[in-house]
Amino acid sequence: MEQEKNKTYADKLWDFLASVRLAIIIFALISLTSIVGTILEQRAEPAKNIQVLSRLFSESLAPSLYTVFDNLGFMDMYNSWWFTALLILFSVNLIVCSLERLPKIWKLIKDPMVPMSEERLKKFSINREIVLKGKPDTIKNTVTDAIKTARFNYSEAQEEKGYQFYSQKGNYSRIGVYVTHFSILIILVGAIIGVRLGFKGFLNLPEGDVSNAFISNSDKEIPLGFDIRCDNFNVDFYGGSDMPKEYRSRLTILKNGREVLTKSIVVNDPLTYEGITFYQASFGMMPDAATRAVFKFNVISAGGNKATLNLKLGDTFQIPDTNISGKVLDFSPALRIDENGQASTYSNQMTNPAVFIDLSESGAHKVSGWILKRHPETWQLPGGQRVEFIDTWGIQYTGLQVRKDPGVWVVYFGCITMSIGLFIAFFMSHRRIWVKMVEEKNNTRVIIGATSNKNRTAFERTIDKIVSVLNKKQEG
Amino acid sequence: MNSSFFFGLSTMAYILAMITYITYIAFRKNQIGIMATTITIMGFVSQTFAIFMRWKEFSDLSGMGFLRSVPLTNLYESLIFFVWCLILGYLIIEFRFKNRSFGAFITPIAGLVLAFIDLSGVSKEIQPLVPALKSNWLLAHVTMSFIAYAAFSVSFSTGLMYLIMKSEQRNELSYLFWTITFGVFVILFVTMGIDFLSFKVAVRPEVFIKSYLFKTSFLNPSAGIKILSWTAAFIALFIIWRYGHILKTVIEKFNVTADMLDEITYKSIAIGFPIFTLGGLIFGAIWANQAWGVYWSWDPKETWSLITWFIYAFYLHSRMMRGWRGKKVAMVAVIGFMAVIFTYLGVNLLLSGLHAYGSQ
Repeated sequence: MEQEKNKTYADKLWDFLASVRLAIIIFALISLTSIVGTILEQRAEPAKNIQVLSRLFSESLAPSLYTVFDNLGFMDMYNSWWFTALLILFSVNLIVCSLERLPKIWKLIKDPMVPMSEERLKKFSINREIVLKGKPDTIKNTVTDAIKTARFNYSEAQEEKGYQFYSQKGNYSRIGVYVTHFSILIILVGAIIGVRLGFKGFLNLPEGDVSNAFISNSDKEIPLGFDIRCDNFNVDFYGGSDMPKEYRSRLTILKNGREVLTKSIVVNDPLTYEGITFYQASFGMMPDAATRAVFKFNVISAGGNKATLNLKLGDTFQIPDTNISGKVLDFSPALRIDENGQASTYSNQMTNPAVFIDLSESGAHKVSGWILKRHPETWQLPGGQRVEFIDTWGIQYTGLQVRKDPGVWVVYFGCITMSIGLFIAFFMSHRRIWVKMVEEKNNTRVIIGATSNKNRTAFERTIDKIVSVLNKKQEG
Repeated sequence: MNSSFFFGLSTMAYILAMITYITYIAFRKNQIGIMATTITIMGFVSQTFAIFMRWKEFSDLSGMGFLRSVPLTNLYESLIFFVWCLILGYLIIEFRFKNRSFGAFITPIAGLVLAFIDLSGVSKEIQPLVPALKSNWLLAHVTMSFIAYAAFSVSFSTGLMYLIMKSEQRNELSYLFWTITFGVFVILFVTMGIDFLSFKVAVRPEVFIKSYLFKTSFLNPSAGIKILSWTAAFIALFIIWRYGHILKTVIEKFNVTADMLDEITYKSIAIGFPIFTLGGLIFGAIWANQAWGVYWSWDPKETWSLITWFIYAFYLHSRMMRGWRGKKVAMVAVIGFMAVIFTYLGVNLLLSGLHAYGSQ
């Protein structure tokens, strides 16, 4: 109490910064404010969050509540000054708390064990006492063997009326907590490196196009330092359904006009070049799809002669060994034919691409109809010839997420450190044991005192095992 | 015979086990207890078998290789796996502590989840994998998250039991806390049950609960039913508050001590927390970096798992503070599990974001 009074404000501030209480306050504040951040959509249009607020409260209150929350920074709270301040306070708490406690912990780890008096041993949280027949000198080995069964390497001390053995295990496990704390700092440093030296953006690259820049999240065009070309983009579907199976873009990197790298990327498997990573993020159709489109066909005669053609809308072609010529008249990215046989386009995504071709023989109209990429049965012509619709090209763009984050390896290193720290902190413990043998009228009293900083009951079982080994020896 | 046969078998076994455990508490006959354990183990074996069969079926169907075809890709499969982890955790506790009475508190959670699956019309079909889930991280991330969830739900049960045992007065904070928590859980389950029963009849079963939740009670268009449900809810809460001590005398008969409950609560969190950190947060971040190009984007699912993480960190630290041992930390453990439930189900049902696989 005396000491408390003499503390200066600086000392009190230091103590507060080192306290578990502050840690708990920070946990609570980060959790509570984050809850608000998940309900209000971050960086969204104001109208969206006003709608959320009017559903939660009332329509008349919502606009003014929105202004209040907006002024408090809740619409982009994870980048707000106060959330950053919370994270800084969190780091300060971690650092000060470690500086405050580590020296004491280090002492606990490093201090050699010393023999204890009987009174002290009896005060330990785990203590046992048994009486064995025989003098300490004759049963010494029985006792040490029992200690060995618990896999302790003991030290020995000669005492006035007997011996004392003492040992410890896992003393270094006490730093597990601090390793964990430190790992959080590493992760935060990695995050700062990412924010300071990295960037985030996107690039919508049409099939066949080359780009040397991307658009940052703040809508600025930023040069890449090399060129990137989209050779092909394709969506695979499960069976005949509209459920996507895979989005695949084939990308080529060009440095000074030379191709240096080609890779097909899919979700979960990005491409990295010069520290910049391109992720498959989205896709879409070009607004001028109809004029850009190139359709790839195989035309096969009844006899099996095959030709591969790349055609644009309005182009004509010839089926080998015949007088049949065809013309590509129309295109639909997602064709549906209803019960009345009426064709319509049901989506502006390339879910079910189809082309309408018109065939004529020696100048006279023969047949016309839709050919679907997904349905081979539409490829067959009445005369046995086939017009296979293989692929479309140049219609779609691939949406790439562009990211550079030199801090990510620091973050991963922090994650590994955290895993190790948590493992030590939760699954290892500092266990100490003292076994004292005292001679008493030709018998020996064995007093065991033990402590464990964690999982006491498990250690208690170990100690009881030692006692039962001693008891058995006694009987046998 | 396919996986669903064995899933059905395990569902029946768990529900039977729940009844047997409750009978065991009521009569405290040892034979009934052994029977309850046997039924639970049989259910567990059959469920394990079913999970591996479904894994095999999925792997054959998708042709992606065994390790990528872990059947943990939608709500149904994740709920099944959650029950599996929970029962495994319970069996470990039963053997470690030689006490069967927790069974009466944990098997009902399993029973309710399984009933939820059947009543809600969650799709049980094996669904093809969306591109974002095709990753080696799926196995590690999802299994570890669910093992942690199961450990946390054990801590919830024992934390609540601890509060029930330790609260003496009706005006105590801890008493109010447990009766309200318990009451809210009971009310939610009952109202959701009514939702499912009525919509199972009225609506196509394949339409999922999302848009029907509480439509028969609190969110009913008719003002009368709305008022009636709220009144009923408050009466239920009052009854639980008024007669809560009955539950206390029931638990006290079981041979469980408050210290034992506190220890199990701590241990399950001490197991769940590192697993959750590694599998849920760290593996999740690595996977997100691979799939979306950011290891952390403050997406609602990510944020809520961080909130959960902070609450359990709060629990672990508050145990070291003077005056916090006992009832206060038990309350933190209970709150932590509410965050788990919200992270798991609430985010998918109520909020939007990148992590939307679990809502179908």
